Amino acid sequence: MNIVVCVKQTPDTAATVSVEDGVVSWGDSPLVLNPWDEYAVEEALRIREAHSGQVTALSLGPEAAMEALKLALAMGCEQAILINDPALEDADPLVVSKVLAAAIKKIGEVDLVLFGRGSVDNDTGITGPQVARRLNWPVLSLVADITSLDPEGRTIAVERMIDEGRQLVRGSLPAVVSVVKGINEPRYPSFMGIRKASRAEMPIWSTADIGLDEVPTPAMTWPEIFAPLKVETECEMIEGETPEEVAARLADRLIEEKVI
Amino acid sequence: MDFSLTAEHEMVQKMVRDFAQREVAPTIKVWDRKQDMAPHILPRMGKLGILGVCFPVRYGGQGMDFVSLGLVCEELEAVDTTLRVVMSVHTGLAGLTILQWGTNEQKKRFLEPLARGDLIGCGAFTEPGAGSDISAIQATGKRDGDQYILNGEKMWISLATKADIAIVTVRTIPDAAKPSRSLSTFVVDLHSPGVTTGDIHGKLGVRAGSTGWISLQDVRVPVENRIGEQGEGFKVTMSALDSGRYTVAAGATGLIRASLKASVDYANERRAFGEPIAKHQLIQAKIARMAQDYEIARLLYLKAGWLKNQGVRNTRETSMAKRFATAASFTAASEAIQVHGAYGYSDEYDVERFMRNARGALIYEGSNEIQILIQADYALGHRRDKPLRCEMPVYDPIDWQEA
Repeated sequence: MNIVVCVKQTPDTAATVSVEDGVVSWGDSPLVLNPWDEYAVEEALRIREAHSGQVTALSLGPEAAMEALKLALAMGCEQAILINDPALEDADPLVVSKVLAAAIKKIGEVDLVLFGRGSVDNDTGITGPQVARRLNWPVLSLVADITSLDPEGRTIAVERMIDEGRQLVRGSLPAVVSVVKGINEPRYPSFMGIRKASRAEMPIWSTADIGLDEVPTPAMTWPEIFAPLKVETECEMIEGETPEEVAARLADRLIEEKVI
Repeated sequence: MDFSLTAEHEMVQKMVRDFAQREVAPTIKVWDRKQDMAPHILPRMGKLGILGVCFPVRYGGQGMDFVSLGLVCEELEAVDTTLRVVMSVHTGLAGLTILQWGTNEQKKRFLEPLARGDLIGCGAFTEPGAGSDISAIQATGKRDGDQYILNGEKMWISLATKADIAIVTVRTIPDAAKPSRSLSTFVVDLHSPGVTTGDIHGKLGVRAGSTGWISLQDVRVPVENRIGEQGEGFKVTMSALDSGRYTVAAGATGLIRASLKASVDYANERRAFGEPIAKHQLIQAKIARMAQDYEIARLLYLKAGWLKNQGVRNTRETSMAKRFATAASFTAASEAIQVHGAYGYSDEYDVERFMRNARGALIYEGSNEIQILIQADYALGHRRDKPLRCEMPVYDPIDWQEA
């Protein structure tokens, strides 16, 4: 099987995030492979181990994103490709999905594309479905288990984790799948993988390399970023002899404060 | 001069940090209270290749360098000293000694399974009556045809009850001109007839580890198991300690870092006199000291690791790294308790375990007093190292990573 796993480099969730003059900062905390994407990489590797084939890790980002790709290589992906172009600096999910879809077409004869359910920074969770739409492939999102996969028969069946419980879905290949935490336990990179990754030659593709003459203007922008306002809270205990008395006094206070 | 770690080093660091945080940290307090070693630690470290991180691939290892070994130890001890002790005795005292002094046949027989974690090793030099004064050990080895018969007691041996083999130094030449030339070192199969082992409980620290004793009663060891020549035991033991001591230095650096992080986190949360205690200057002074000591300890052990990579004798640098880092780690942990106030005195927080764990390292792998004497000898010109018959191999990534 020819599998592509799309990954992103993000801040560490343990980082202390602040906003200064509209610019988001995470201090000295390192950038990491988006935690959701680790599950996607692991699932890709497991599918390859079960069905043979190869796994390509693909990322759109600055050159520093090569570190996230190196981790994917160290975990066991055969190759990694970075898409980097100054024109993509302010890309929104629509632009990102267009670029990723074009790159997947350039890789060619891909059977399965995997995503993590979202990225911990933007957290839109829509890039995977948008890529599927652009490729005209089915998307199976929020997947907690791939219950069956038949590369020759071109079928896939999954369990999706939705609010109501688990949903069983069948689809056809090629497909885009986004996975949730708990689908697997991501492996640590092996030392041999680490050595291989540190020496790997990683192609960097520009928009021209993937056949995009023009990059669309982002539909979504972030004109202003500010940290959530710090709310000072005071706790006022409502006293009373009986629950009815407390309730009556609470109602009075709420009316006073114009809450009700 | 490039002070940065390579991408490879950073990935090694992260991998081991993740392992220790995910698989050991959540339950370490429980095992520490039980004074027992979690049974999954050795098999997992073996399976992940951590036990053989710095051995050549052709000997079953992972082909990484000595700097990587140091980084691994720093990450492991940042969670608990038990993990780093495993590296010190299995990888350091046992594995690296065989790598340096063993014959090709011994490397095949012992180093390969040690590197894969199929065998667990330890170092057995200390006795009830002899620690720093290694030449005064009482354990004996008497040649009998193509075997030696070993007798004696070894004590304060990490992994004594968990190991399969031990590197053991005994006196084989009772009438040698110098006591230091009377010793020989052997690989002893701890499952042999005549070997008994037991655990020592009641230690102040490293309670989630395994420390014990080994008793040898007429234990027959083939001459093929002797590491080095007869009478080279003192030199072999000192080489073993150069390896083990380096891991102690790197590990203690991790302990300083853990104490620092715990102190910074707590100081930012805890409020007194209307503000976080992180704004109080006396707390700041403690944290600043820890931060500086961490940087110094790190530079010292990384330099020692770099010298090991070059194949340059590094007894002096390793001694400095060990003495500084262990002393600083005990201070850091003690101050971390102070930062935590009463909570530091409870095992609800990690810092009291850090301090109890830190204290042992000032004593073992060459007490800090011995380190001072070693360094004084170098500084005063009293000591010049002659080349050893067997030097630690130079790190060569191509050669070490060839299958």
